[in-house]
Amino acid sequence: MSGVLDWLTMPQTIFFLAVTGVVFLALQVSAAVFVYAERKVAAFMQQRYGPYLVGPKGLLQPIADIVKLVFKEELRPKAADGLLFAAAPVISAIAAFAAFAPVPFGASTTFFGLLPEPMPLQVADINVAVLVIFAITSMGVYGIVLAGWASNSKYSLLGGLRSSAQMISYELAYGMSLATICMIAGSLSLREIVDAQAGYYFGVIPKWNVFVLFPTGFIAFLVFGTAGVAETNRAPFDFPEAEQELVAGYHTEYSSMKFALFFLAEYINMVTAAAVTTNLFLGGWHGPLIPEAYGWIWFLIKLFVLCFVYLWLRWTLPRFRYDQLMAFGWKLLLPLATINLLVSAAGVLYFGL
Amino acid sequence: MPIGYYLALSGVLFAIGAAGVFLRRNLITLLLSVEIMLNAVNLSFVAFGRQQGSVDGQIITFFVMTVAAAEAAVGLALVIALFRHRESLNPEAFTSLKW
Amino acid sequence: MGSDLILFGLFAAVAVMGSLAVIGQKNPIYSVLALILSFFGLSGLYVLLEAPFVAVVQIIIYAGAIMVLFLFVVMLLNVPREDAAEWDRTHPYYRPAPAVLGSALAAATLGLLAWAFSRTPGLGAGVADARPAASSVGQLGRVLFTDYMFAFEVTSILILIAMVGAVALARKREQ
Repeated sequence: MSGVLDWLTMPQTIFFLAVTGVVFLALQVSAAVFVYAERKVAAFMQQRYGPYLVGPKGLLQPIADIVKLVFKEELRPKAADGLLFAAAPVISAIAAFAAFAPVPFGASTTFFGLLPEPMPLQVADINVAVLVIFAITSMGVYGIVLAGWASNSKYSLLGGLRSSAQMISYELAYGMSLATICMIAGSLSLREIVDAQAGYYFGVIPKWNVFVLFPTGFIAFLVFGTAGVAETNRAPFDFPEAEQELVAGYHTEYSSMKFALFFLAEYINMVTAAAVTTNLFLGGWHGPLIPEAYGWIWFLIKLFVLCFVYLWLRWTLPRFRYDQLMAFGWKLLLPLATINLLVSAAGVLYFGL
Repeated sequence: MPIGYYLALSGVLFAIGAAGVFLRRNLITLLLSVEIMLNAVNLSFVAFGRQQGSVDGQIITFFVMTVAAAEAAVGLALVIALFRHRESLNPEAFTSLKW
Repeated sequence: MGSDLILFGLFAAVAVMGSLAVIGQKNPIYSVLALILSFFGLSGLYVLLEAPFVAVVQIIIYAGAIMVLFLFVVMLLNVPREDAAEWDRTHPYYRPAPAVLGSALAAATLGLLAWAFSRTPGLGAGVADARPAASSVGQLGRVLFTDYMFAFEVTSILILIAMVGAVALARKREQ
């Protein structure tokens, strides 16, 4: 028993638990921020005001939204499969939270000398982190598919089927561009991949993976970004919930907190996708001017920019048609990613990276 | 951790898979039971590989997974084709040689 | 050592319970989900065996791709909730004899394995005692693309054939 107490009161443990808690809370808060940002960005793009009544500039709108969702009546279709209907949003949310665990968001730090040795700013430092994230995100599809099936509604089922087909299709291109970067960096650990991106080419261009072996790094970035949007079911790839065709797709029958969990999962998935893209391609916490110890500031800046791009895409591009989506994934994205992988493999051999 | 534990577990899983193939009368469940058996074998490969300190056990696991993927694809395609004809997944429905 | 044993017991229980649930109930959707659960147990065991790459690949390939395919087919066909032939005596496909024979065969399999076990020496040897683990992705890749090169290439042909076969089989024929 005293062993457990000792372990609990060690500074490392306390800071580890603190980091974990901060990540957990930050992900939830980020979803709230996203809701507000999405409305405001959408309004800006459509030349409206957006929310402005609740709080100054409508800043308290997310809180009002949450309160509304919590107090809504929980509905369950009579013909729904009770267990799976309840489990589906939980699976979605768990997968979304868990996927962020192996993502590092800052250099190792001692927290101003409070710790005897530096600890990495991430929840779990895994040596196959890239694959773990890939695995957990691929679990997220079950939440959507099961929601679609368990609701026992044709719109939900169609949404669920579309989403499983879409996610399997785009996972291939996603994995191929991931493999490109892992091969160039020679590691599957996100921390090592980020650390390999420190420094500058010719003293000017940052050594980020977007610029590595130009243009292969850039192509991998584009493919990864596109497939990432498709994986998170965002517009222009938001078929599973295409409002005009499927009412709301897989979450047609959901209300109240269960619906909120799906929403939370969607926004957290976007944050995770943006964070992984930052780490893999944009140099993570490395950047000019800000010292290494405060690298997380750079990380957050890059994260915000990418998240804004997500919103920008949604409110600018019209939705694909379903067959166009499949053709795009299989006939363009996958061959492009594969050829890119081969070219960069040749590049790695030739330049001996 | 004695290797016997892993082998025993692998044997139990294999027997469960075999029982599923023998007992169940649903084509989908039959395919799932085959997957259980393949996985039971994978487990012993990885355990033996760990004991030998070599990667060969893990590599054979990858091959088994590839074969399982191919098997699932063809098997499920067969299931879909059969279901179109008989609206049933019971293997007894497909005993005639011609229709 | 103690914590290893506890983890082994936990993961083994998940794997066995999941597998039992696969063959033990009637709704194919639940069977697929139970099998995914069992894969998670196996994945944990691979981590215990210091094979993290296999553990992750198990989740990505099996749970993330193959099982989604199964789920997709089950949902697409909207398979009957239960197979009446297994319990309804008046069902035209009701066949009790094969089931009895089948359980006997499964029990015999288990018995045979137990018998083989009892006569195998060295089962008590620790799985991690003798040699250090070889599990880095680099090592795996090197062996896969040198010693197993031929098998690897043949596998790619197998996948291609399976792909063509699946498309040919599942295609709707014009009557």
